Amino acid sequence: MAQKDLLDAYRVMRTIRAFEERVHEELPNGGIPGAVHLYAGQEAVAAGVCAALREYDYIASTHRGHGHAIAKGCDITAMMLELYGKVGGLCNGKGGSMHIADFEKGMLGANGVAAGGAPLACGSALSAKVLGRDRVSVAFVGDGAANQGSFAESLTLATVWHLPVVFVVEDNFYAQATGTRYHLQGLDVARRAEAYGLPAVTVDGTDWFAVHEAAVEAVERARSGDGPSLIECKAGRFFGHMEGFDQQGYRGEGEVDRLRSEQDPLKLFVDKAALPGTALSEVDVTVEAAVELAVATAKAAPEPDLSELLTDVYVSY
Amino acid sequence: MTETPRVLSYLEALNEALAQEMEHDPSVVVFGEDNIGGTGCDGTLGHAWGPTRGLHNRFPNQIIDAPITEAAFVGAAVGAAATGLRPVADLLFVDFAGVCFDQILNQAAKLRYMVGGKAAVPLVIRAMWGTGMRRAAQHSQALYSLFTHIPGLKVVAPSNPADAKGLMASAIQDDDPVIFFEHKLLYFGSRGVVPAERYTVPLGKASVVREGGDVTIVAIGRMVHEATKAAATLAEDGIEAEVIDPRTLSPFDFDTVYASVEKTSRLVVVDESNPRCSIATDIAGTVAENRFASLSAAVRTVTGPHAPVPFAASLEDAFPPNAEKIVDAVRSTLPSSVTSKAS
Repeated sequence: MAQKDLLDAYRVMRTIRAFEERVHEELPNGGIPGAVHLYAGQEAVAAGVCAALREYDYIASTHRGHGHAIAKGCDITAMMLELYGKVGGLCNGKGGSMHIADFEKGMLGANGVAAGGAPLACGSALSAKVLGRDRVSVAFVGDGAANQGSFAESLTLATVWHLPVVFVVEDNFYAQATGTRYHLQGLDVARRAEAYGLPAVTVDGTDWFAVHEAAVEAVERARSGDGPSLIECKAGRFFGHMEGFDQQGYRGEGEVDRLRSEQDPLKLFVDKAALPGTALSEVDVTVEAAVELAVATAKAAPEPDLSELLTDVYVSY
Repeated sequence: MTETPRVLSYLEALNEALAQEMEHDPSVVVFGEDNIGGTGCDGTLGHAWGPTRGLHNRFPNQIIDAPITEAAFVGAAVGAAATGLRPVADLLFVDFAGVCFDQILNQAAKLRYMVGGKAAVPLVIRAMWGTGMRRAAQHSQALYSLFTHIPGLKVVAPSNPADAKGLMASAIQDDDPVIFFEHKLLYFGSRGVVPAERYTVPLGKASVVREGGDVTIVAIGRMVHEATKAAATLAEDGIEAEVIDPRTLSPFDFDTVYASVEKTSRLVVVDESNPRCSIATDIAGTVAENRFASLSAAVRTVTGPHAPVPFAASLEDAFPPNAEKIVDAVRSTLPSSVTSKAS
């Protein structure tokens, strides 16, 4: 793989990590309202999948959507403005962390409902198919969402309609605080997908190379008209389910420390990619500055005008 | 020489609207269970009830059979609408909204607002409704008030073939999600003159079905026909009712209702749905709040009871309002000297 592509992958993962760590730091300061779900620990999934996509391909995300947005190319200053609920945010401050979206980048939105993105991605895939556009759609869902009826129905619809869609299931071992060992019994998600007629694989979600390889194959299958696929990625989250609310008391002794020391996708990537240290440091410095600018911009920006309460409900009414 | 006006059923009018909109715009796609009639089969069924019959042969790329996956295909309709298509998704019975309500409530209705106006959802969800076909509790409801309550959705409930065609065209061309209520008794039971050309009836514009100066009757869907019958009975006693068919429930044409109430000073609202938190109470309450000084009697509502729709014919027939109940309600708004005039 070309060094440029590897550096891009590193830049994306480093940006997600820095963005999320900074949001975690800023949250107690009170400027970010509402519910925020952080993606740190799962960076290789978003980065590995989106590196297999083109600019005009679509992704439909989850409540834990910052990583997907960054990997799909969303501007992090506009993202931070959105998290702060400020003018200039990706959704003009009307969506927040849980509904962050950028249609121009093919990012169809984070979603407040578990598995909400799966039917939507079937829809964007249908658009591409009917309109003859060469666009692939990816639906990200969590392990908890994999139990939703709408997810199972989406697998059925995608196979029956032979849609150019890839389902990426991110098993971070917990649905809120409920462990996967409890809530995902029976066959694992990849085997379930096979039962619905989708080619499916399970990969180490902390390994960018493994995720990317699986994504390239699935995206190529979708792009060449060979229908949907599913990739199940296993990668633990570093933070709790939701910031400020979740003290992670349900996690095992030392579990998070172990994840950070042994299962950090960034460390694993750096070890494997063997990129020059100077190039990596250059990325680190650029990313830190970009995140700093994003936060400073968001803090300084004005709140939306009160008239915004009633705009964008309808195109016309 | 003038041609004989062409008469169509409500169902045929809907079929024609779907065909004309698909023909005009290749981004219009129609899907639902049996919309072709079973992919892999002969494709002649065209929906168990027939609104899409014959369309598959003319529009093979725009009409798709869906498996029974309402959550997936209604959600897919939202995703498709936001990315360049104008889907018409068929729920069959509106009662089935229960299995895909998230897609309507949280995705279709809110997407545009959540993304700060950077996306639109030009989507139509077709749904059969109403009592009268012995379909019992899970296939007979009038659930439009649930959808009217939700900002972001538009709600349409036509009462006749010409409006059904024109409103369907408007709904498909509209850039917001529209829930389109089709009363199943009207499918075959309502016939009328329908222009052959492509045309629209605007959303949010009521129709004054009958003019009168003594009382305003607002009636929805099939109830428009019962209200018209009631008006004929009342006219025999010299009571002239103005009958208004709102046609669209969201947006709602309150101006037409206000203008009528300012003239008649009396209002009766007829709705075959359940009585609480309903369209009927919404109309009654809004008129009372904004035109209290114009009213000379309390607003009356004539609705179904606070009960599920029963199966037994005798019980079901007792469920919805009818002309007789509407006449009684109108009389109760009039001074006794007027109501007893005929006796």
